[in-house]
Amino acid sequence: MKYSIPKTITNIESGWCPGCGHGIVTRLLAETTEELGISDKVIIVRDVACGSMQSGVVTYNNIGAAHGRTIAVAAGAKRIRKEDIVIANPGDGSAYSIGIESTMHAALRNENILALVVNNSVFGMTGGQMSPTTLPGQKTTSSPYGRDTSYNGNLLDIMKVLNTFDIAYLARGSVDSPSAVMKAKKYIKKALMMQQDNKGFCLVEILSPCPTNWGLSPEDSLKFIKEKQQEYFPLGEYVDKGGYDK
Amino acid sequence: MAKTLMKGNEALAESALRAGCRFFSGYPITPQTEILEYMSWRMREVGGEFVQTESEVAGINMLFGASAAGARALTSSSGPGFSLKQEGISYLCGTELPAVIVDVMRIGSALGNVFQGQGDYWQLTRGGGHGDYRTIVLAPASVQENADMAYEAFDLAEKYTHPVLIASDAAIGQMVEAVELKDFHDHDINKYDWVIKGRKEGEDKRIAENVYYAMGADEYKDFLLEKYKRIEDNEQKWESVNTEDAEVVLVSYGISSRVCKEAVKIARKKGIKLGLIRLKTLWPFPKKAFDALTSDIAGFLCVEMSILGQMVDDVKLATDNKFPVKCYSEFSNVPDPAIIIERAEKMLLENGGRK
Ligand SMILES: Cc1ncc(C[n+]2csc(CCOP(=O)(O)OP(=O)(O)O)c2C)c(N)n1
Ligand code: SF4
Repeated sequence: MKYSIPKTITNIESGWCPGCGHGIVTRLLAETTEELGISDKVIIVRDVACGSMQSGVVTYNNIGAAHGRTIAVAAGAKRIRKEDIVIANPGDGSAYSIGIESTMHAALRNENILALVVNNSVFGMTGGQMSPTTLPGQKTTSSPYGRDTSYNGNLLDIMKVLNTFDIAYLARGSVDSPSAVMKAKKYIKKALMMQQDNKGFCLVEILSPCPTNWGLSPEDSLKFIKEKQQEYFPLGEYVDKGGYDK
Repeated sequence: MAKTLMKGNEALAESALRAGCRFFSGYPITPQTEILEYMSWRMREVGGEFVQTESEVAGINMLFGASAAGARALTSSSGPGFSLKQEGISYLCGTELPAVIVDVMRIGSALGNVFQGQGDYWQLTRGGGHGDYRTIVLAPASVQENADMAYEAFDLAEKYTHPVLIASDAAIGQMVEAVELKDFHDHDINKYDWVIKGRKEGEDKRIAENVYYAMGADEYKDFLLEKYKRIEDNEQKWESVNTEDAEVVLVSYGISSRVCKEAVKIARKKGIKLGLIRLKTLWPFPKKAFDALTSDIAGFLCVEMSILGQMVDDVKLATDNKFPVKCYSEFSNVPDPAIIIERAEKMLLENGGRK
């Protein structure tokens, strides 16, 4: 297989930890926009969390939004730049905790953007606290005995919520294996094509490792995604308005 | 253009559209709601974007995105809703983005009430959100000024790439007066070299984020101090009424200043030399208006609608404690000209008139 680095990836060293999933998701974004010939239309809206480090490694013009506000900011930018491709790039804490109201309402308004959510089941940037997607029993710095749902509350599977909404596309991918990465790439590409055709709101969530805060090696992190995270967050396409499978 | 009768809030909204505003995102709250309602149909007519957002937080953040993308963008709120916008205003300042935000002031902390008030003075002029920042704050006192200041606010915001707040209040927002509106102005969303759009090959990369990251702490500090000084030097606006020979000078803005003008007229008829400095910008505070006065004044009487007296702090700073400064503050009642004159006379008695 011939592989070349997408032109939109810079040679600036990223700040992500070894084995972090943010970098893989960024690479998929760069590959898909290049394949679709839309690299010069992309506007990224990133959070202040670990996703913010994307800014340096891509050549796209981008906006740094407040924590939890990438989707609202992206929707505002897209309404002004309808010819551009606007991608919000929040983490699970951003999209499902502090920013959940805008995730829901941007979907209700069918805003023509892609929310590309990196779900690592923790608040990465602030040192690994519990997020709405922390698994039952999972130890974090703010659930030190493991998440007890009767004490800490239940987790949020956004697919179960948004699959009843009238949106363009909803899917969950993962980066735990080469084949999973290829599938995740397909989901992202589909969502971008839908935005090009003004189909409306797309949310693609990617299960992604955070070895640093999971206290696991990069390899064991991938195993954790496959064996644990996917038990609660099954992969697949949940809403697909159709017409983009080739 | 001929004058038409309009409500203050609607004149503000129409005037913003005429200034080229093509994006509004906000959430209902009295007494600001007519701005949102007016925008809900009129923005469509002029081909712009109107969004009734899920909250004020979403409203200010959608505006943030629209502004970064180059649009002239507006949001408005009151009381608790204006508080919810503060994080976003801090981000606009840090990111150096222009935008116009209207606070149609109501009274009280917590829910307070929907009546006219001026209790947001500190919040408006001291930053209101986190971190070191100021915003330009315009203070209209009539429907005409609601329109004029909304129009001018966008130019100011872009001149300094900085948010501009309009400190209106329930009375100014709800009253109906004759107003002359300016012509439609086209705003080009590609006008500035900082706007975020898709990057063509060969173009410089643009990032809209806290400018401090690229500058580093030391340069940022100098940059900000210079910027705020420039605004303070150039943008102080006020109206002086009968201050030349005044023995007591009232200081006021917005709805309270209308009553003060009335009080000056009545006092003059009675032979009391009363004057008025009406603030048209709350920040930068019109210090120059005070510098221009002679030194034999019996004192300044601040007239404002806040229980604690807020603007009075700035008058003390502007006069450098060289004059007696008193405050007549009301909460839910509009100040009374008779009380203003009574207080002024008392100051004259205590401190003596011009020597
Ligand atoms: C209003 C506000 N609250 C809290 C924070 C602190 N904060 C920054 S990032 C973050 C959580 C990040 O988690 P997530 O969104 O899942 O992204 P990740 O770092 O895991 O990619 C928090 C709580 C903030 N910057 N702003
Ligand atoms: S803390 Fe986690 S999410 Fe953040 S860069 Fe490190 S591995 Fe990635």
